[in-house]
Amino acid sequence: MNFDDTPQEAAFRQTARQWIDANAPRQLHAELSKSSLGRIRLASHDIVEVGKAWQKKKFEGNWACLHWPKEYGGRGATPIEKVIWQQEEGVYGKLTQPFQIGEGMCGPTVMAFGSEDAKRRYLPKLASGEEIWCQLFSEPSAGSDVAGLRTRAEKKDDNWVVNGQKIWTSGAHYSDYGLLIARTDPNVPKHKGLTMFFLDMKSPGVEVRPIRQANGMQEFNEVYFTDVVIPDSQRLGAVGEGWSVSLTTLMNERMSIGSRLATGVPEMFEFCSNLMLEDGLAIDDPAVRSKLASWAAKSNGLKFTSYRTISALSKGERPGPENSIGKLVSGMMLQDIATYAMDLQGAAGVLTGNDEETVQGQFQQMLLSSPSMRIAGGTDEILRNIIAERVLGLPGDIRVDKDVPYNKIPTKGR
Amino acid sequence: MNFDFSDDQKQLRDQARKFLAEKCSPKAVRVVLDGKAPYDKELWKGLAEMGFLGVAIPEEFGGAGAGHLELCVIAEEMGRANAPVPFSSTVYLAAEALLISGSDAQKKKWLPAIASGEAIGTLALFEGKGNPAPKHVKLTAANGVLNGVKKPVPDGAIADFAVVAARTGSSGRDGDISLFLVDLKGAGVAVKSLSNLDPTRGQAEITFSDCKAEPLGAAGEGWSILTQVLDRAAVLCSFEQVGGSDRALEMGRDYALDRIAFGRQIGSFQAVKHMLADMYVSATLARSNSYYGAWALSTNAAELPEAAAAARISATQAFQHCAKNNIQVHGGMGFTWEFDCHMYYRRANAMALGLGSLSYWEDQLINRMRKKNAA
Repeated sequence: MNFDDTPQEAAFRQTARQWIDANAPRQLHAELSKSSLGRIRLASHDIVEVGKAWQKKKFEGNWACLHWPKEYGGRGATPIEKVIWQQEEGVYGKLTQPFQIGEGMCGPTVMAFGSEDAKRRYLPKLASGEEIWCQLFSEPSAGSDVAGLRTRAEKKDDNWVVNGQKIWTSGAHYSDYGLLIARTDPNVPKHKGLTMFFLDMKSPGVEVRPIRQANGMQEFNEVYFTDVVIPDSQRLGAVGEGWSVSLTTLMNERMSIGSRLATGVPEMFEFCSNLMLEDGLAIDDPAVRSKLASWAAKSNGLKFTSYRTISALSKGERPGPENSIGKLVSGMMLQDIATYAMDLQGAAGVLTGNDEETVQGQFQQMLLSSPSMRIAGGTDEILRNIIAERVLGLPGDIRVDKDVPYNKIPTKGR
Repeated sequence: MNFDFSDDQKQLRDQARKFLAEKCSPKAVRVVLDGKAPYDKELWKGLAEMGFLGVAIPEEFGGAGAGHLELCVIAEEMGRANAPVPFSSTVYLAAEALLISGSDAQKKKWLPAIASGEAIGTLALFEGKGNPAPKHVKLTAANGVLNGVKKPVPDGAIADFAVVAARTGSSGRDGDISLFLVDLKGAGVAVKSLSNLDPTRGQAEITFSDCKAEPLGAAGEGWSILTQVLDRAAVLCSFEQVGGSDRALEMGRDYALDRIAFGRQIGSFQAVKHMLADMYVSATLARSNSYYGAWALSTNAAELPEAAAAARISATQAFQHCAKNNIQVHGGMGFTWEFDCHMYYRRANAMALGLGSLSYWEDQLINRMRKKNAA
């Protein structure tokens, strides 16, 4: 048991570190290093603009999408090399946010199901950051049950005509291409009537509208499709096979390891170390200590769980299911920590401005944003189902709509 | 990074699991649970023969000289099997105290006897209520004799010797405490068995009356040695707790697959699935924290105090959570004496207190994190 690199890993780390030292945008380091729970915002720069510059530089240095094959713009790196790269890239990795869905989900799907022409045309430009991709899966009435989606694609000659609405699409407003799952046959059970496509987000009939979220911010979009034409050559996988194609996409999402989720523990520890309560520092209060210790132990547990996964990758093994607990644990913890920090602030905790009493409202912001952590990318409940079914081997839910043609499933308002 | 046990260590784990599955069935555990024997003597003998009792004891003192990582994998299996033997008191507490602070003669006398299964040892620290703290140590040592009462002493009624924490000063500082070695079969020792939460591991009250004792470690160093012993034991116990958590989770999972209600397996209801998924989460966090503790223990790293406290907290919470919800998944059957669920429930809650309660270790973790942040 040790935390050392193998000689090959050490050599790779050294090469990566040298390249990053020579090329990273150091002027952004301080701002990127600031703790940010959620989306990255830079005071003086547009994240997409500086992100594209860093992505392009990485691409030219052969460090972009480095686990992809070389012919599609990658480096052909091993999973452990990707983890080492992420460790070395450090805070600059935050600049990759606009490209993560492309790299982690859309790209791998094109790689698995696209034609050779499509792969050579689209993947290198995705890797270089020149073109940004988004993912168009969720709908207003199809979230956890995404296979119940309504957006229709109808065949017309060599094209498909799409009508419907997607939601929760991050980056739709700056994306060039989108990965779209749509219903091509409503007369068969819901999983069997879906087909996957990709489309130009500038196509006529595509309208992107920002969503105003519960926390007051606008980070996601709704995307409306009105008679949008997609050539059949932009279909990924066979007609009716969209569900199994989407599983490839989502599996790639879950394989993304090493991007550690915020838990709020370091912020809370610092806050309690400085907060004066009536009888002294908060961190000297037994009730505070008890909660803080439990959270710290959980947060450490997540960190060391990811170390176990990395170790498996280092040995060339397939990681175990243990990494599946990350979002479930950190999402709830973030919300609990925010609530408790505000409790310690007392009446002033209600303030969300730039007040000294609330340390500039950081926990208030955390409170308002944390519900999304427990929903996006699989709700807590769906994650528990996944652990129960795939890890523990418990039976799947009884699906009353499994064998019913999609257009016979009872719904509200259709 | 290789944050995992080696193939040899995993093989040892398999070997221990197989051995315990054979020699330590729930039926065997119940002999002790029902009070028909104070501990499983046959199993204890077998563990000695397998070399498990002395796995972390150096060869020159009669052990296998393997190391603490090897001891961790065995500990996990002991927890999984709910073994009714004085393993933790003898191996984690007494042997570790001797390894840290024993003279050559003391090690030669007791360590080979531990490894061979001839001697059962324990740590006599507590005196009634409260968590580990120098101020709670009232038992006095003067002129080579001890006077006072220790309670509860784990496996005190079957132990051959004890490491005893005694007061040798009154300055109000840690240096007031010194450790002593006592042969419990000698004069001046009165032992009384106490009824306790987990009958598969006994607790006793020991009264020392002008009892002869020899110093263990330097005078006034007792508390510093004890702190190290408790940290090491916290890591080792955390592996027992991880083993117990996994077993409780498996029992719950198996029952949820087997039991039919409302015309379907109860494991198909989300209320039950989610309970089991949460148990898996707790057990996974505990395992990962314990691995870090194992690394720190085996390398004697400066991180050991923090790692031990986090492992202790995580594993205590996981075992209590899994044992409790295992009964819940079983429903009424889980509340019968006949089903094994309560054995893990008892063990989980007894272990949660043995080295100091959860709140004590939470306190320790915060102290240690602050110390690190200040450094």
